[in-house]
Amino acid sequence: MEYLSLFVKSIFVDNMIFAYFLGMCSFLAVSKNVKTAAGLGVAVIFVLLVTLPINYLLNRYVLAPDALMPGVDLSFLSFIIFIAVIAAIVQVVEMVVEKFSPELYSSLGIFLPLIAVNCAILGGSLFMQQKDFVNIGQAVVYSLGSGIGWFLAIVSLAAIREKMSYSNVPAALKGLGITFITVGLMGIAFMTFMGISL
Amino acid sequence: MNAKLKETILNPIFKGNPITVLVLGICSSLAVTVTLKGALVMALSVIVVTGISSLILSLLRNTIPGRVRIIVQLVVVAMMVILVDQILKSFEATYAIDKQLSVYIGLIITNCIVMGRIEAFALGNAPWPSFLDGVANGAGYGMILLIVAFFRELLGSGTLFGFDILNRFGYVPNNLVILPPFALILLGCIVWVQRSIQKDLQEK
Repeated sequence: MEYLSLFVKSIFVDNMIFAYFLGMCSFLAVSKNVKTAAGLGVAVIFVLLVTLPINYLLNRYVLAPDALMPGVDLSFLSFIIFIAVIAAIVQVVEMVVEKFSPELYSSLGIFLPLIAVNCAILGGSLFMQQKDFVNIGQAVVYSLGSGIGWFLAIVSLAAIREKMSYSNVPAALKGLGITFITVGLMGIAFMTFMGISL
Repeated sequence: MNAKLKETILNPIFKGNPITVLVLGICSSLAVTVTLKGALVMALSVIVVTGISSLILSLLRNTIPGRVRIIVQLVVVAMMVILVDQILKSFEATYAIDKQLSVYIGLIITNCIVMGRIEAFALGNAPWPSFLDGVANGAGYGMILLIVAFFRELLGSGTLFGFDILNRFGYVPNNLVILPPFALILLGCIVWVQRSIQKDLQEK
């Protein structure tokens, strides 16, 4: 039950895009059609699911105060360790996917390397550090939930933008401007989940 | 100063603004703009990080093998961000702001402006222009941050830098402006204004 509530909370209430604006750059750049958006969304879920538990273990057993040995506090190193883990994992994942599933690789191909610098991934690890999960199960559930939340957000924005290409938008607002405003309105809609306590 | 250097500095601030034209670094620009103080600290941090990491990577540009350059860039940028974070944490005045900005200082590492300018400019140019390009892009980012924060703090809390401006006239703070989605709507309006003035930026 506790896992279920964390899961639902990380998808809707703490949505990576609408509550924290993480991964906005690729969110805006790759949401022009639903198919590529879904590809990037899946890649984000996958990379979050792999990196976040690893970073959780590193944080718990190496970086946290007194974790490695009493009196040693390595938490100032967490940024560099997290980003190194993410960059390394993305590289490994890229190679593994290329070797074992060329179809998946050709559909995700261009997005995978970009994910190393996607704020949603590093943000997930930094929020995990702040949230003090008690066991790795929670970290896994949280990473899956945030990944799905991100996927949901990018696919729905892509769908709206596909529809919007038929509507009559003022010239200066076309493209970027109207997309910002759309995301803002979607964010307000997602705010309604804030009152829900599970 | 020659014309090219001047162009390097001025272009990112208006015509090639990293946020409104290149759409880089949106993530952090929205979450830190509830108060002007937070936005100012964030803007200064980004200017320092982009400027100095562009400088360092431009000095190293001929020694980094192409295949591992992303990792090298990330390490240099992460080091700069750690320095900034530790400096912010060590002064009493900035400690509270560092707490308020929480993960967003750490997220400067993945701020696309930093990596984008390194990839697009610092790796192909001499150190001094690269440094200026980094600083100017940080400043262009900071300018948008301050504009958004100005409206959000004024309308959302009725204050500027914590000083009461509107409340004394009986203004009731609008809580909607404090909520994150409003930052996006405001940013959309800034893009709207900019593109109405610079017609060549409009998309078809």
